[in-house]
Amino acid sequence: MELLVNVKDVKKVYGGNGKKPDVLAVDTINLKIMRNEFITILGPSGCGKSTLLRMIGGLEEQTEGTIYLQGGEIIGPSANRGMVFQAYSLFPWLNIEENIQYGLKIKGMDSKERKEITNRYIELVGLQGFEHHYPKQLSGGMQQRVAIARALANDPEILLLDEPFGALDNQTRLIMQELLLEIWEKTHKTILFITHDVEEAIFLGSRVITMTSRPGKIKADIPINLAYPRSYKIKTEKEFLVLKEQLTELIRGESLRAMELEIK
Amino acid sequence: MQRNKTLNMDTVIVEESIKKKKKKPRYFEPQKPIPKSLYFKLTMSSFILLLGIWSLLTYTNIVDPLFLPTPTSIITSGITLFTQFNFINDIFVTCYRVFLGFGLALLIGIPLGIFMGTYKVVEAFFEPIISFVRYMPVSAFIPLFILWIGVGELEKVSVIFFGSVFSIVLMVAVEVSGVRRELLEAAYTLGSSNVGVLRSVILPASMPGILDAIRLVLGWAWSYIVVAELIATASGIGSVIIESQRMFRIGNIIFGILTIGMLGLLSDVILKSIGKKMFSWNYGR
Repeated sequence: MELLVNVKDVKKVYGGNGKKPDVLAVDTINLKIMRNEFITILGPSGCGKSTLLRMIGGLEEQTEGTIYLQGGEIIGPSANRGMVFQAYSLFPWLNIEENIQYGLKIKGMDSKERKEITNRYIELVGLQGFEHHYPKQLSGGMQQRVAIARALANDPEILLLDEPFGALDNQTRLIMQELLLEIWEKTHKTILFITHDVEEAIFLGSRVITMTSRPGKIKADIPINLAYPRSYKIKTEKEFLVLKEQLTELIRGESLRAMELEIK
Repeated sequence: MQRNKTLNMDTVIVEESIKKKKKKPRYFEPQKPIPKSLYFKLTMSSFILLLGIWSLLTYTNIVDPLFLPTPTSIITSGITLFTQFNFINDIFVTCYRVFLGFGLALLIGIPLGIFMGTYKVVEAFFEPIISFVRYMPVSAFIPLFILWIGVGELEKVSVIFFGSVFSIVLMVAVEVSGVRRELLEAAYTLGSSNVGVLRSVILPASMPGILDAIRLVLGWAWSYIVVAELIATASGIGSVIIESQRMFRIGNIIFGILTIGMLGLLSDVILKSIGKKMFSWNYGR
């Protein structure tokens, strides 16, 4: 397996402003992401999991340590790391097709090739017939499908998803999980996925990484050896439930600790 | 029998109260929509009421026609203005001044506002001073302008320009700096450069808001022009108004005011419909 992303001794400190003390958000993270993995990062809210993802995406700078992508140091955002945010990141003045083509245009691709790629990804996320709709005309779930298609169309080395289904209702979320898993089974694009939902983390991931509450450290790194293709039915099988119980215990302790920290 | 009767009455009472509940309109429930036809009727009746009170006061001579002429005499005043005093020319002159001064204000104000909203270095340099200058009333500067640049066209255009430009800059800057962070970040992770983000995200995202700011400030510009034309001017709607005051032609004054109101309304309606067409992605579903 090829080492794709290497996070080495990364720390993130949010600077206080004289009155407030500095806050250590992420503490000495070491993480190796192999090509074709689907890693889910599971942690209580405020544990710094989003910060870690944003540092890999180049949207935030770590205070200490280095992050490498294929051996090269990551400085700032770039098209080789696609990102999907929690919500509302589509360009509202562009229709669905134009949204997906945004990155391709920057790459200088000609219109025929752009059209081909766009059609392929619109089909992949099941939005045929909506090419000329504007984001406002779509439901939240459909908008997130476009965001995924837009990031994938750019053919990044890794796809970074920051709680992409967090704002969706439960039914839509389950369907989106299946869709994303199906896409990964087809393309084997390397994915790093942030969530606070235990079931989501196990169902999607080939590897689940749990984090401690602030300061966020890696607590456990658990391979998920459930067979592919995974159907939603797996969620009621014994293997799945055992994992769920184990991870729930891990996370529960951290959530309690996080709440105590807040009270203090 | 007795029992039966009371029971019957009870049901009648219940039925009535249900009916009442259904029928009773709730117009004073906060933000509750009302039927379109009712909305239209209410709008019309406010105009009719105003016209009615005005007619009542004037046709019956309760108010001296010298102070408030009748609606019909206002219309005759208007006709005389157009036929004998070439009022259309005054309208053109006024429009020309507003559009020139306001156009220049947009030409300077929009780019400066965009840079201020985008780059903190530009904001730090311009924002505090502009915020200060903005609160100085431009009408109070008119005597100074006359002293510095005379009473010609340039002075009128300057009043409009300085009356509008600072507000445009600040409002555009607020609009631009309010573009959602996620949109910028999405663009960066799709490979966009700094300049690319400004051109392909910040500009299109803030356009509808900038147009709204333009509409608002243009409304103020229409009132600045009258102030500018009230002093030492031979043409324009403002000068017609001040001239009519000297001659005690109240009908002309009111007709002039109505004309400005119509011009302002017209320019706003045009801008609004342009916005709806150009930025359809921003309106409704």
